Amino acid sequence: MQITALDRKIIEATQAGLPLTPHLYRSVAEQLGVSAELVIQRMAAMLEAGVIRRIGAVPNHYRLGYRCNGMTVWDVDDGRIDEMGERIGQLPFVSHCYQRPRHLPDWPYNLFAMVHGRSEAEAAAQVQRIAEVLGACSRGHEVLYSSRILKKTGLRIGG
Amino acid sequence: MLSELQKRLLNDYQRDFPLSSQPYRDIAGELGVSEAEVLAALQELTGQGLVSRVGPVIAPNRVGSSALVAMQVSPERLQEVAELISSFPEVNHNYEREHHYNLWFVLIASDHRHLQAVLADIEKQTGLKAMLLPMLADYGIDLGFDLDFDLEWHDGSA
Repeated sequence: MQITALDRKIIEATQAGLPLTPHLYRSVAEQLGVSAELVIQRMAAMLEAGVIRRIGAVPNHYRLGYRCNGMTVWDVDDGRIDEMGERIGQLPFVSHCYQRPRHLPDWPYNLFAMVHGRSEAEAAAQVQRIAEVLGACSRGHEVLYSSRILKKTGLRIGG
Repeated sequence: MLSELQKRLLNDYQRDFPLSSQPYRDIAGELGVSEAEVLAALQELTGQGLVSRVGPVIAPNRVGSSALVAMQVSPERLQEVAELISSFPEVNHNYEREHHYNLWFVLIASDHRHLQAVLADIEKQTGLKAMLLPMLADYGIDLGFDLDFDLEWHDGSA
């Protein structure tokens, strides 16, 4: 799907949150000088095309008590990475799962999966579950827990 | 403590937010409450920071260009370098992590060239090398996150 200039403006106007007012799409539309119907139509098209993954309440895991935020990184056999990535991405406690490039020799890991636990034990059990699914396809892994959140915004596109 | 309405809004409305003329009225109808109650509950949730926002979650790299970046920063320079990096508008997440790569941030730019320029600027200003980790494949299905309210509740505001 080709993003139009209007689509981009809609994303810029809504990515930090929709207004908490009854006629919210009309507010966004007025800001952009178009009709509410057009905003709704373009958002539906972007949702359908996967440009927008979902629309809804975005919980703040950390504030809700999920303080053990672990970035798990795995050195997975290149021949099985897509198959394994799909399986890990479906685990209910994994919020994000991506393939990224290795930087050898410093960084051998090509699969990243974010886990969120309310305690270290809960997060450790999640890591163990991923290790079980990957089995011999993983040659090694590490878990990088966050010790400090230095900046966090929900923005996805920059100017 | 969260009300039943707030729990429902948090767990059941992470996706499929209505694309209609009055979405909060539609949600209210589904939950058997008033539109004003839904708006008040959401205002409280966002006010307390339990909900970051109500809105679209944009897929990475479909609009603009983004990448995860890792840096190794000595402990005595960490604060200074982290503040410098956070000051860039192109940086959205910036986390300290327990590892020799101890600073991890996400860069989001209008296109790939802009992203490379920001990265070069960060390397120049800090004198440190950055490890660029762009996404090669996205395996997340991102249905939202099951908050599992049945288990013991830990107050997030503490």
